[in-house]
Amino acid sequence: MTGVDRTHGSGGIATSKLIDEVFKKAFSNEYLNKLGDSAVVPGYDRLAVTTDSFVVKPVFFPGGDIGRLAVCGTVNDLLMSGAKPVYLTAGYILEEGLEAKALERIAHSMAETAKEAGVVIAAGDTKVVEPADPGNPGLMINTSGVGFVSEGTEISPERIRPGDAVIISGNLGDHHAAILSTRMSVKNSILSDAAPLTEMVGRLIGSGTEVHAMRDITRGGLATILNEFSDASGIHIRIEERKLPVSEEVAGFAGLLGLDPLYMGNEGKCVFILPEDQADAALDIIRSSRYGANASIIGYTDDAKQGVTMITSIGGEKVVTPLYGEGLPRIC
Amino acid sequence: MESEHTIEYLKNYNGREIRLMEVCGTHSAEIRRNGIPSMLSDRIHMITGPGCPVCVTVSGYIDRLIELSRDSRNVIVSFGDMLRVPGSCSDLIHAKAEGADIRYVYSPFDMLGMAAEDREHIYIFAAVGFETTAPVYAALISEALEQGVENIRLLTSLKTMPGAIERIADGVDGFLAPGHVAVITGTGDYEALASKLGLPFVISGFRGKELLSSIYALTRMAERSEAGCMNLYPQAVVKEGNPSARNAVKKFFEAGDAVWRGMGMIPASGMYLTEEYQKYDAGSRGIAGDAEISGCKCAQVITGKLTPGECPMFGKACTAEHPVGVCMVSQEGACFIMSSG
Repeated sequence: MTGVDRTHGSGGIATSKLIDEVFKKAFSNEYLNKLGDSAVVPGYDRLAVTTDSFVVKPVFFPGGDIGRLAVCGTVNDLLMSGAKPVYLTAGYILEEGLEAKALERIAHSMAETAKEAGVVIAAGDTKVVEPADPGNPGLMINTSGVGFVSEGTEISPERIRPGDAVIISGNLGDHHAAILSTRMSVKNSILSDAAPLTEMVGRLIGSGTEVHAMRDITRGGLATILNEFSDASGIHIRIEERKLPVSEEVAGFAGLLGLDPLYMGNEGKCVFILPEDQADAALDIIRSSRYGANASIIGYTDDAKQGVTMITSIGGEKVVTPLYGEGLPRIC
Repeated sequence: MESEHTIEYLKNYNGREIRLMEVCGTHSAEIRRNGIPSMLSDRIHMITGPGCPVCVTVSGYIDRLIELSRDSRNVIVSFGDMLRVPGSCSDLIHAKAEGADIRYVYSPFDMLGMAAEDREHIYIFAAVGFETTAPVYAALISEALEQGVENIRLLTSLKTMPGAIERIADGVDGFLAPGHVAVITGTGDYEALASKLGLPFVISGFRGKELLSSIYALTRMAERSEAGCMNLYPQAVVKEGNPSARNAVKKFFEAGDAVWRGMGMIPASGMYLTEEYQKYDAGSRGIAGDAEISGCKCAQVITGKLTPGECPMFGKACTAEHPVGVCMVSQEGACFIMSSG
């Protein structure tokens, strides 16, 4: 096979061949290999279930690809509800003309990422459609995920209390800046941070740290998530601009475009809200985890009126609002 | 330390009430982003000026774009900011929903590739901007000439600042002059305006500390009713500006009268493609319609007569999530900036 064509979506021999040569080869495991209409897997009594679709263009970008993203996005969503991610399904919408090599590379990247994240891709589906841009066929991926939640684990923003610490697991804006750089053909060394946070979150929860709320920092950025937390809990969050970790290169790139890292998306970072007296120990765990080296305590919750404010680097205080609009680069 | 002195002074300023206008939209955004209003005495009022290019563009311009978009031979290309800007009775999003081919890009140069690959259509860029953006459009035409791409046009709404500043100076005690514009134009325009209007001007950088120092300098000058232009952004702005950018603009554009939203016609404040390059123009001259949405106070906000909070629609019928007026639609507009912190 050199490229995807209509026959690969037919449900006939070509489809089977595609599944065997690309997906079964990459994901091989006892559940998927049966190729049944649905995978039958061992279970648990508290399940977390989620789904997400990935349509990013370009499909390959510095630091990752759509396949790695499709695994990380769903795995991290499961982790954020306190679940241990276990199974994924993967649905592919392939555009006719997509090169086989590209598809294999993406499947391989998904398999590697799934392995790192400790999940099994237990079921899948493929469809072939006409390309939206005939000169540049791509693909879209949907992943659904199932995770197991231990008895007693309750993580949700309603549990936030005054006096909690706000920790973020690393530098803001990397994924957003990497994608924009590629789209705009800007040469720099910014890499997407797409990563599964299984180890970090597993260690933190495993240590007995009482995490009140956590969320992965994706589209809408940190500012939007903190506002959602404040809305859900009725509690004021005050962060400090000086404590926000942002790499110099991302800060420079964002500055040029008039983008604010507070509103930029990541794919391998999360924010934790937990009691202040556990914050230092939690920070040690996060920093010693893979992908957590730049973690930082960025602020605290208090009794002030609901909302999110930030002490700016020059000492002013401002209201931090959620993202409105699309976060477009400024034009002047 | 000087910065501590600056901070103390601005916090405790007890002189006459002063109104300082920042002309540039990016200054407005950075002042709020840095939380500077929380650091100023309540006798110092920062007012946003006409520095949002989309905001000062009249509804007649959007009407013209919509009219062009209805011709199936045309493709309209624009920055995303323009899509929701209201014309007199519709906007580009509705025109797109009705079947017009309207695309948005991050750079005008993206349009060249589109036009080169599809010679069947005319690609029209919504070329809105100030002195800062004009060199980009000059470069675009220059590149199109070089590549032999003839099926592109500009519908320009390009404006120059000095005339507008003069028009709205009444009631303003000092101006933070636009830093990016001055990078191109140099300091001369603002020196001339300062002496003509008898007001202080400070050309400022964009970082929080630079803005604080500039507001400090401007407050000191305004307090003493001192006229003059101070350049506190010398790392980027030199007296003569950027002559090569200006020459590039001069090659393709010439001054002409322009109508500004809420300000009427300001002589010679527009930039239009010259006779020689007319074939690249999509009918930019003479656009004048300045319709207002009922209840919307954008015209007064742009001219500093009202703050966004004084518009009865602000935060109620007109929000960042569901914008009505152009100052809320554009991310460089005063209302959007105020409601996004």
